[in-house]
Amino acid sequence: MSRQTSPDVNGPDVNGPDRNGPDRKGNGVQELDSVVVRFAGDSGDGMQLTGTQFSVVTALEGSDLSTFPDFPAEIRAPVGTTFGVSAFQINFGSVEVSTAGDEPDVLVVMNPAALKVNISNLRKGGLIILDEGAFNAKNLKKAGYITNPLNDDSLSKFDVRRMDITRMTVEAVKQYGLGNKDSLRCKNMWTLGLLMWMFGRKRQPIIDSLTQKFAKVPEVARANVAALNAGHAFGETAEMSSNLRRYQINKYEESPGTYRTVNGNQSLAWGLLGGSRLAGLTLMLGSYPITPASPLLHILSGLKEFGVITFQAEDEIAAICSAIGASFAGGLGMTTSSGPGIALKTEAIGLAITTELPLIIVDIQRAGPSTGLPTKTEQSDLYQAVWGRNGDAPIVVLSVSNSTDGFEVGIEAVRLATKYMTPVMILSDGYIANASEQWKIPDINDYAPFPVKFHQDPEGFQPFLRDPDTLARVWAKPGTPGLMHRIGGIEKDYDSGHISYDAANHQRMTDVRKAKIDNIAGDIPLQDVSQGAPGGRLVVVGWGSTYGAIHQAVKRARKDGQDVAHVHLRHIWPLPRNLEELLTSYDTVIVAEMNVGQLNTLLRSQYLLNTVLMSKVSGQPFKIAEIAEEITRNLGDGK
Amino acid sequence: MTTQPEIKKPSPKDFETDQEVRWCPGCGDYAILKAVQMALVNSGSKPENTVFVSGIGCSSRFPYYVSTYGFHTIHGRAPGFATGIKLVNPDLDVWLVTGDGDGLSIGGNHMLHALRRNVDLQIMLFNNEIYGLTKGQYSPTSRPGLKTPSTPLGSVDAPLSPCVFALGAGARFVARGIDTSIKELSSTLLRAREHKGASFVEIFQNCIVYNDKVFEEFTGKKRAKDTQLHLRHGEKMIFGKEVTKGLRFNPQKIALEVVTVGENAITEDDILVHDEQNRHLAFMLCELEPPEFPAICGVIYCHPAESYDQSVHDQIDQAKQAGKADFNALLRTGRTWVVT
Ligand code: SF4
Repeated sequence: MSRQTSPDVNGPDVNGPDRNGPDRKGNGVQELDSVVVRFAGDSGDGMQLTGTQFSVVTALEGSDLSTFPDFPAEIRAPVGTTFGVSAFQINFGSVEVSTAGDEPDVLVVMNPAALKVNISNLRKGGLIILDEGAFNAKNLKKAGYITNPLNDDSLSKFDVRRMDITRMTVEAVKQYGLGNKDSLRCKNMWTLGLLMWMFGRKRQPIIDSLTQKFAKVPEVARANVAALNAGHAFGETAEMSSNLRRYQINKYEESPGTYRTVNGNQSLAWGLLGGSRLAGLTLMLGSYPITPASPLLHILSGLKEFGVITFQAEDEIAAICSAIGASFAGGLGMTTSSGPGIALKTEAIGLAITTELPLIIVDIQRAGPSTGLPTKTEQSDLYQAVWGRNGDAPIVVLSVSNSTDGFEVGIEAVRLATKYMTPVMILSDGYIANASEQWKIPDINDYAPFPVKFHQDPEGFQPFLRDPDTLARVWAKPGTPGLMHRIGGIEKDYDSGHISYDAANHQRMTDVRKAKIDNIAGDIPLQDVSQGAPGGRLVVVGWGSTYGAIHQAVKRARKDGQDVAHVHLRHIWPLPRNLEELLTSYDTVIVAEMNVGQLNTLLRSQYLLNTVLMSKVSGQPFKIAEIAEEITRNLGDGK
Repeated sequence: MTTQPEIKKPSPKDFETDQEVRWCPGCGDYAILKAVQMALVNSGSKPENTVFVSGIGCSSRFPYYVSTYGFHTIHGRAPGFATGIKLVNPDLDVWLVTGDGDGLSIGGNHMLHALRRNVDLQIMLFNNEIYGLTKGQYSPTSRPGLKTPSTPLGSVDAPLSPCVFALGAGARFVARGIDTSIKELSSTLLRAREHKGASFVEIFQNCIVYNDKVFEEFTGKKRAKDTQLHLRHGEKMIFGKEVTKGLRFNPQKIALEVVTVGENAITEDDILVHDEQNRHLAFMLCELEPPEFPAICGVIYCHPAESYDQSVHDQIDQAKQAGKADFNALLRTGRTWVVT
C-alpha cells in the first residue's frame, strides 16, 4: 500500500484516513498519498460495475491505480449468503501504486454477508460505510450473524457510518416508476455518488456512461443518475459533511503520453495480435471456455477486422489441435486456457514440440489442483509448464508480471515461437487477468517487425533442415509447390526428415531439440535487477503477479536503509544466462511465490542454490506486509 | 518457335512416395491407397494443394504414402488439426484418414463436431472392426461376442454403426465403400472430394491379421453381386446377379425390405428410387445390415450446405469491409487520457 511508502511515513496510521490525523484540512478535506477502497455486496448488488466506474473516474482524474475484482465462482449464488459476496478493491494515489493494497482504508458494505466476509481485512480505524437498510433479521441470519454487529461492540475498532441506502435510493428513484427490484438495483449508484463526493470526483463521466449503457431504457438511465446524484447530495448536506470525511488525492506525476486502464487479459490479447502482425502471420486461436481465461477468447473473437480467426472448439484438446493445424498450414496457432485445460492439452504440446511448429499456449493460472478454486489466484502451474510432458519435451516459458505486461510478453512470445519454431507457454494468472492498472499506451510502430520467411526452395529440401545458428527447422507451408512433406509424432531422421526408429538418431534429435531451446538463452535479455543492485545482503526473487507486492515491500525496506534487491523473472525457461551469477551475488535469496515452491525447485535444481522459500496458497495475492516481514526476518539484525 | 512442354498424363504413381509401405502384406489398406491415388488423379488434384491428416492407428500411417502434404497427428484428434488447417487456408484440399478406434472411440467427440460443423474435409474412416496397431483388441464397431485379448470371453459391448452416427451428427455427405471394390470406391471418393463440407466415407477394410474375413459374407467375390447394393442417385435400388432383387418401402413397418422382381407380383415399379437428398431414406439405408440386407455402398446421402470454414471467412471478410484494421487505434478504444 503506497500510503506506507510515502516519504513522511512515521507510523502505520499517520497518513491513514483517520479524521483527526495531521493532514486534515480546515475545510474537512484530508489530503492522502493513496487510499484503498473496497466495495462489497451481494453478487446482484452490482459491485463490479460500481468499482469499475469508480476506477474510470479515478484514472481520468490522474491518480495512479490498481484494482482487484474478487468475485465468487457461482454465477448466481443465493442472495444474502457469504458465498455470494462479490467485492472490488481499488488502490489509488498520487504516488506509484502497484498492488490493489493490503488492507482497505474504506470498506463499503451493502449487506451483512459482505461485512462478515470482508471485515477481517479492514485496517484498524478504517471507515465502514454500510447500508443499514440491509441489516434486517433475514439478512443477518443468512450471513450467519447471531447478534446484529451494529448493536454490539464488534465493530468498535472501526469508524462505522450507517445509513439507510436502501430507503434513500428507493426515494430518489420513486418518480421514475420502476418496480421495486429495479429501484433497488440503483443502490450501487447511490453509493457510488457518495464516494464520488468523498473523494471529490466529477460525476459527468459516469452520467455519460449510464446514459449510454441504458440508452434503450431511458427511465432506468434517469433513475440511476438520480440515485448517483442523491448519494452525492447526501454527502454534501451540511449536517453530513461535518460528520463524514472527505479526502483529496493529488495527481500522480506521470510521464507524458496517452493513458488508459487495462487488465491482464486485455493487454495480453493485444500483445498476441501485435506480435502476429509484426510476424506478418494470421492469428488463429483455438480455445475452449474456462475461468479465468475466457476473456482472451472473447476479446480475440471481436477482432475479425484484423483477420483474426477464432474457433471455439468442442474441448481443450481439439482447441490446441486446431491451433497446431493452423501453424502447420502457415498461420500462427494459439490456444488459451487455465491449468486443468492445459493438462488436457499436454499430449498435443508434445506433438508441436516434435514437429517443431510455432505455437502459443496461454495458461491463466488459477488455484488447483483439479478444479480447485476457479476464481482465485495461484501460480502453481510452473512445473506443468516447464516439465509437465512425456518424453524430453522442452519449450519456452514466459511469465506476465502485471496487468500491462501482457502486451510485451505477447509480442516476445510470438517472436520466439516463430524464430525458433517452438511452442511458447505464457503463464499469467487470475489476479493479473482481472486486475486493472494504468497503461501508457504504446505505439506499435516503435516495435521492430520480425516477418516470417517461409521456405520456398525445393533444392535439397527436407522438412527438418535447420538453421545452423538458431537450430530452428524450416517452415514450409502447404500450397507451396515442390515442398510436399509429411510430418508427425514419430521420431524423424535428422538428415532426411523421414520416420526413423534408429537409436543414435533419437539421441541426436533429442539433443538438438534441447539445444535449440537452451540456445534461446542467448537471444533473451540479461536478467535485470528491478530494484537495488547486483550483490548485497538479500534479494527477493519473484515471477508473475507477485511483482507489485514484492516491488512495494522491497521499496519500503530500501527506504528504511536496508540492503535489499528485487529480481523479477519474465523468462522462466530458458532462464536468463546471467541469472546464476546474479543470484549467487547475494547473501540471501528469498523466492516468493503463490505455490509451495515451484520456481524455488527450479532455481535450486539449476544452480544448486541455497534459497529461502516464501510460499502462499490461500487463493489471495501476497500482501506487501507479508513480504516485508519475511525480508525483516531474514535480515535478522535489521540493517 | 516455341517448344510445347511435354504434357505427362497424370497417373496414380504421381501420388506415391518413396516411403516403404509398412502395412501387413494383404491388408485392405493397400487397395484403399490405390483407390485414393486414383481419385486424386481423376479429380485433377495438385499435390501441393492437398493435405492428408491422420490420427493414430494402422490407417493413420496413410499420409506417409501419399506424395502430398501430410500430418500424422495424435490419437483421435485429427479433426481438430484438419479444422485448423482448413480455417487458415480454405483453398487447401484436406483429407482426413481415421479408423474405427481412432475416429469413433478416442476421437468420437471430435468426429461428431467436425461433422456437425460441416468443415470442408473428406473424412475416410477405415472400419476393420478391430484395433490393429495395438494388436487386436475389440473396437467400438466390433460385433458382440468377438473374442480378443481384452475380451477373452467375448465382447459384451454394443457396436455402433459409423454411418448412422455420421448422419445423426448432422453430416451432409455420407457414403460407403469396400476395400475390395477399388473402382467403385475411387468414384465414391471423387464425389466426396467434390462435395463442399464434411464428407464422411466409411470404408470396410479387411485386417488380415486380427479380424480376417469379418466382411467376407458380403465381400466374397462370388457372392458380391447378391450381397452388395451400389447406390446411384435417381436410379432404382436394384441388385443381385440377375438384377432382380431390390429394396421396397413397407409402409406398415415403416421399413425397407428386400423383394425380388417377378416374385409375388412384384414389378420394377415397386422398387424404390434412390434419392441422396432424403435424410429419412439415408437413415433407413444405413440401418440395413447383412446378411438380411445387402451391404449398402456408394453415396447414401448428399445434401450440401455452406461449409463451416466458408461461414467463418464470410464473417471475417464482412468485418474487414466494415471496420478499419488500425492496431494503434484499437489500443486507444474506450476511455483514454493524455498527460502532457
Ligand atoms: S494389423 Fe491389420 S489393419 Fe493393421 S496393417 Fe496389419 S492387416 Fe492392416
